[in-house]
Formats: sequence, structure tokens, C-alpha cells
Amino acid sequence: MSQSLRPYLHVRSSLTAALTISNFASQASERHNTPQVEARDSPELLLNPLHISRNENEKVFIEPSRNSVRVSIRIKQADEIEHILVHKFTRFLTQRAESFFILRRKPVEGFDISFLITNFHTEKMLTHKLIDFVIEFMEEVDKEISEMKLFLNARARFVAESFLTPFD
Amino acid sequence: MTTPQVHHLFHAPIADHSFSTDKQTLAVARENNVELYQQSGNKFALSDELKGHEKTVTSVDIAPNSGRIVTCSQDRNAYVWEKTPSGWKPTLVLLRINRAATFVRWSPSEQKFAVGSGARVIAVCYFEEENDWWISKHLKKPIRSTITTLAWHPNSVLLAAGSTDSHARVFSSFIKGIDTRPEPSAWGERLPFNTICGEYLNDTAGWIQGVAFSPSGNALAFTGHDSSVTVVYPSAPEQPPRAMLNISTRMLPLNSLIWNGETEIIAAGHDCEPFRFRGDENGWQLAGSLENKAGDAGGAREESALNMFRQMDLKGQASADTKLKSTHQNTVNTIRVHEEANGAVSSFSTSGVDGRVVVWSA
Repeated sequence: MSQSLRPYLHVRSSLTAALTISNFASQASERHNTPQVEARDSPELLLNPLHISRNENEKVFIEPSRNSVRVSIRIKQADEIEHILVHKFTRFLTQRAESFFILRRKPVEGFDISFLITNFHTEKMLTHKLIDFVIEFMEEVDKEISEMKLFLNARARFVAESFLTPFD
Repeated sequence: MTTPQVHHLFHAPIADHSFSTDKQTLAVARENNVELYQQSGNKFALSDELKGHEKTVTSVDIAPNSGRIVTCSQDRNAYVWEKTPSGWKPTLVLLRINRAATFVRWSPSEQKFAVGSGARVIAVCYFEEENDWWISKHLKKPIRSTITTLAWHPNSVLLAAGSTDSHARVFSSFIKGIDTRPEPSAWGERLPFNTICGEYLNDTAGWIQGVAFSPSGNALAFTGHDSSVTVVYPSAPEQPPRAMLNISTRMLPLNSLIWNGETEIIAAGHDCEPFRFRGDENGWQLAGSLENKAGDAGGAREESALNMFRQMDLKGQASADTKLKSTHQNTVNTIRVHEEANGAVSSFSTSGVDGRVVVWSA
């Protein structure tokens, strides 16, 4: 992990504070218990959303509420290829959202991937481990994308070389 | 300091717990049911289940003298359970609310109980002899959001309520024919039903998570989602309070609190451990945690290299930091007085999301 990334990953303390959630039944619809951050039916149950950004291309958006927290991440995309790679990568993950429990099927607009953590998740799983997971994801995803890009370029070069050899 | 007694009942959140007066029976709200545990030796063993609610049970309370149990749930209902030779018999309470019931407590007189709800009302319930059922009267006037917590004044007439609209309020729940006229106090002299005796806003407009009257009933404390505890000393009816002290902390929010005498408050919440606050009208401060964590710190550091590499191999991490150092492993939801004499608490109990009930000595 680079040194410049370190302060950005202080998302941890904000997430710890945001994840103080508890079971809360809907006060708008009878016998329902929905994540308030998604339902948005009472403004007093939502807390101020928080933007943490490293630059315009890399940011985290935390939306806390009474019984749920939505964490959205914008992954660094320097060029066209990275854009495609990020799109493919997040698509791969979101299509398997059930196995990731906290992954939201559709990212919040302006972001590449979103997590929806409800009180049921913090009841079943350890809160500090959930936070670790989000932080680790943020750390790893940049590495993953740049690795994929390198691999793609290497492969493109190799393919071009072997394709053009007969014409040499 | 003696070590706390830990009862790990199951792996599911405990919304609320309540001990009977003899401390032999423990009622615990687990998902849609209430489970009754009997003490056998050092342990609590499951003895009975109160089934009837269709959604998550949010609160349970055992009346100290009559032994009746009242439960309420997100299915909008409350039941009063009475012990009969053939088992526990539920009686439905006519709550007349159309949202989840969130909190229930017996009044000290045990003639009434109050149910907080998401329908922006508090139902004050009492038994009507003629029709042989529990009926309710609604406190609703200035409440603008879900009631999260309730507490009774020792005179059984005044009721404190905390809500997600960031206000802690003190109401009169005087019901003619049930209550005797209360002694005039700093809260008010004439107290018809739904008199608002006090309305206090949390400093940063955070949700109120817990309220409690001091043993004398002359002070009110509440915790907010901004991790603060506020103590209010009323002066006279219709007057601004004599003192309103806000103690802000750097911890995670506290969910529930109790008084220990007039100069000490014990509160617990998302930090998974109870904290002590001390003070009086001139000022309050955090006195520290009740958890004794000194012993654990040394053990965690001494880790063999073999163990480290084994962990790396098995789990891809150097150390398995899956256990918190506190006794509770997840948020504490409820803190209750376990044993007391004249307002001085000698032990108290906590329950939390980790399925543990812990009895601490104060």
C-alpha cells in the first residue's frame, strides 16, 4: 500500500461511527422492516451523508441511517481500458451479489460499486470485520485493476507479435 | 472487582431481557418468541417459550410483584402473559396502534404499563375490570417520530420517553380510577393525562436511545446517538430546568442507561462495555469503563511465530482478531438493575446482540 493511500483509508473511523445501527421497524408502512437508507421515508432517520475523496476519480460515499449504511466506492479509472476493466469487474461481482451478502445489486449513481450494510448483517457478522472487508476491498481493487491492465497489454503485444510474424 | 457472570444463551440478538424478582427466571426476547430461562446452579437453562408474536419481539418486562410478563413486537401487538397451572396464558392488549411496538415497561405500581411505538404514540395500558381486558389510552401530542425508549418515574404517573425526533419528554400518564393523585414535585403539581412536564432536545439533534429517572425521580438522564449523556434537573412546573448538563464523549453511542444512587450513571451501548459517569448538579464526567481488560493485553501480544505462519496459511491473516476484548462481543442493547437497595445498585445486568446476558457488580 502506498503512503499516499494511507490517509484515504481512514474511512475506517467514519465507517465505525456509521455502523452503530440497530433493528428498526418502518414507521411509514405497517409491519415492514426496510433499510431506511433505501426507503428514505422519514428524513429524521437519515444522517448526513459523508464524502471522502482522494481525487475526483477516487472517492467513497457513506450514507448512514437508523438501521442501515450504504457505502459507495468510485474506483480509479485513468483511461478507457481501465474504465472497461472496472465495468467488467464490478459487473462480475454484482451478478453474484447474494454470495457477498452486503453487496448492493446496483451501484449508486456516480459510483462503481455499492455496499448496503443493514442491522441484520452487523448482528450476524463482526462489525470490525465488515469494516476490514470494505477497507481491504478498497486497497485491493486498484491493485487488481492495474494488474489486469498490465496483463491485457502484455497479451495484446504477444498476440500482435505472433499475428504479424508471418508477414515479417 | 469480581468478574462478571456471563451467560451465553444463543447466537442471536437479544432485544431485551428481564429478571424476575427472585432472579431465578430470566425472560429473553429472541426473534419472534420470548424464551424463559430457569437458573440451575451457575447456569440458565431454557424452561419455556412464549409463542404468539408474528414478528420480532422488541421488548419484554416481568412485573416484580405479580410476576406477569408483558411483551411487545413489531407485529403491532402486546401480550400480557400470566402463569396458570397449564402454562403461560397470553392476553392480547388493545393497543390501537398501526405500526411496530418498540418498547414496553411496567409502571412501579404494576397497575399500568406503557408501550412505545412507531406510530408516534405511547399507549398507556391498564386493566379494565368490567370487560376483563387490557385497554390503552394514547399519549400522542408532540411526538413526531418513533418512540425508542421509555422509563417510569417512581410515582407511576410520570413517564419519560425518548424518540428518534431527538427529544426526550416527560409526560403525565395519570388515569382516573387507577392512579392515586401524585405528590406535587418539581415536574408538576396538577397532572392530568398527557400533560407535558418537560421536553428536552439533544444538543446535536441525535436520536434518543435511552432514558432513566434517578431513584428519587428528581432528575432525568438520557443518552443520544451523538454519544452523549444529558442529565436534567427540573426546577419547578412550567419553568426551565435548574440545570441541564450534557456530557459528550468520544465513544460510540450508548444505548441504555441506569442510575446508581443520585450521583452515578452506568451506561452501555455500541462500545460493547458499560461505562460509569459520576457527578451532580454542578457537573458530570465520565469515570471510566467497568470492564477489567488489563489481563488480556499481555496475552494478545505474545504470539509464537509458528502460530502466526499457521494462521497465515489457514486464513490468510497473521492473527485471528475475531474476538473483542470486552465481555460482550457485540452491541449492548439493554442494561437493567439486577439488585439494589434504596436506589444504590449492587449489581446490574446487560444483554446484547451477541446473545449474552451478563451480570456485573456495580
